Amino acid sequence: MALDEPLLVADDVGKRYGTQVGCEQVSFELWPGEVLAIVGESGSGKTTLLNCLSAQLEPSAGTIRYRTRHEGLRDIFAMSEAERRLLMRTDWGFVHQNPSDGLRMAVSAGANIGERLMAVGARHYGDIRETALDWMGRVEIDQGRVDHRPETFSGGMRQRLQIARNLVTGPRLVFMDEPTGGLDVSVQARLLDLIGGLVGDLGLSAVVVTHDLAVARLLSHRMMVMRRGRVVETGLTDQVLDDPQHEYSQLLVASILQS
Amino acid sequence: MSDGTYNFAYLDEQTKRMIRRSILKAVAIPGYQVPFASREMPMPYGWGTGGVQVTAGIIGPDDVLKVIDQGADDTTNAISIRKFFVRTTGVKTTEQTDEASIVQTRHRIPETALSDKQILVYQVPIPEPLRFLEPRETETRKMHALSEYGLMHVKLYEDIATHGHIATTYDYPVKVNGRYVTDPSPTPKFDNPKMDRMPALQLFGAGREKRIYAIPPYTEVKSLDFDDHPFEIQTWDAACALCNARDSFLDEVIIDDRGGRMFVCSDTDFCTARQAEGHVGPMAGTLPGSASEEVADGVG
Repeated sequence: MALDEPLLVADDVGKRYGTQVGCEQVSFELWPGEVLAIVGESGSGKTTLLNCLSAQLEPSAGTIRYRTRHEGLRDIFAMSEAERRLLMRTDWGFVHQNPSDGLRMAVSAGANIGERLMAVGARHYGDIRETALDWMGRVEIDQGRVDHRPETFSGGMRQRLQIARNLVTGPRLVFMDEPTGGLDVSVQARLLDLIGGLVGDLGLSAVVVTHDLAVARLLSHRMMVMRRGRVVETGLTDQVLDDPQHEYSQLLVASILQS
Repeated sequence: MSDGTYNFAYLDEQTKRMIRRSILKAVAIPGYQVPFASREMPMPYGWGTGGVQVTAGIIGPDDVLKVIDQGADDTTNAISIRKFFVRTTGVKTTEQTDEASIVQTRHRIPETALSDKQILVYQVPIPEPLRFLEPRETETRKMHALSEYGLMHVKLYEDIATHGHIATTYDYPVKVNGRYVTDPSPTPKFDNPKMDRMPALQLFGAGREKRIYAIPPYTEVKSLDFDDHPFEIQTWDAACALCNARDSFLDEVIIDDRGGRMFVCSDTDFCTARQAEGHVGPMAGTLPGSASEEVADGVG
């Protein structure tokens, strides 16, 4: 993997809904192996930005370029829809806050993990199942539940299944929208530990949207603080959390409960 | 004879032209679902309004029509559609597969091989093979356009995970001409191999869903499968109880309330023709109404 080039480049990205501003003038570079957290209060434009970056929403201004495996940096909205969708289901992953948005609830765990493999042409049932079982183990789900539907899984298991489903094709970039939202604290801790481990082991790059600064501190190398659609502060995670410069970042950091 | 109060084949000429244009497009893009302005027909949806409109679009005064339902010429659906066309066109009808120029079917492909002089018209309830996995029509159309068919294998995977083998027995998805994944209508998968490179033109009409699609003569039709779970058709331990056929699709018929059953060809024309040729099954001549009814008890 060439480390001398960024993986994802956002340049002056903005999204307006009529006169309403979703986000504006967002520019950054994401490097291979780097985890970027986007933090801010609800309504600050985090999710709008994430949807633009992950090609689910076309921005009204600016460009987003991704370094493809063979053709270098390319504007993701200038690609054909077929190329973009292929990218989204092979080289990218998207972990939704609510696992039922990212899983097929009516088919078994094994089929959920195998779907992306079958989408890129895997046609050997035994191999697909083998890979599914392997990934169940890696995300710490009992392998005996490979034929159970996610409907019968707990929230934490569903979220881990969703992660396995995304990572099975060996993506280089994963987008996560509040990956630990809605889980109780002990499950959150385990999940964060798991995500942190996988990201490190696989050398993934990730963009994580969260309102929880603890998640940002544990997972990310760098963070961007957003308010009213704009990035107000950006920097190394520890630096921003220990010595916030912008008044809004100071407010955010100060509002963490001290134990 | 034809009832003079209706236009030939019930539909007006402009409607028939519209249907023919859709058919031409469907033949040009094998397996692609062409939208058409499906009309209200004087029969309920589910009775074959799509197939009837396709047949009405292509039928001419010299055609010979055969209509089957589950392989049989003498069931309610088949009889009423046949009567409909007799009344509105006056064409000749037949029960013999090789005599017909148009065969309209629900749920079966005749056992007798079709020729390049014949057209097979299917009645289709749900033309979209991806429907049950992806309910959004906008999304399934996109998936067809971009050939994203991984989802179809998810269904087959799920079958094997649940049942140990591919348990889909009808509506078994096929890939037409290496491009479009297509729903063969609810025919048993037993009939899928007959679709491959069939000399006859195959037309599919879905009335409620307003879609027509086609498989042109001699087109490759491949049933989807896994490398380690290849496509297989159904087999039976028994032979047809009436004509002793072992290579045809058999219906299981319960004949008493003591567990007695028999297997008979679902294709009535095929079975009758074999019996006329002298093939005799174990229960031939023993059915209710025949001379030696008591014997059936022993066999059952």
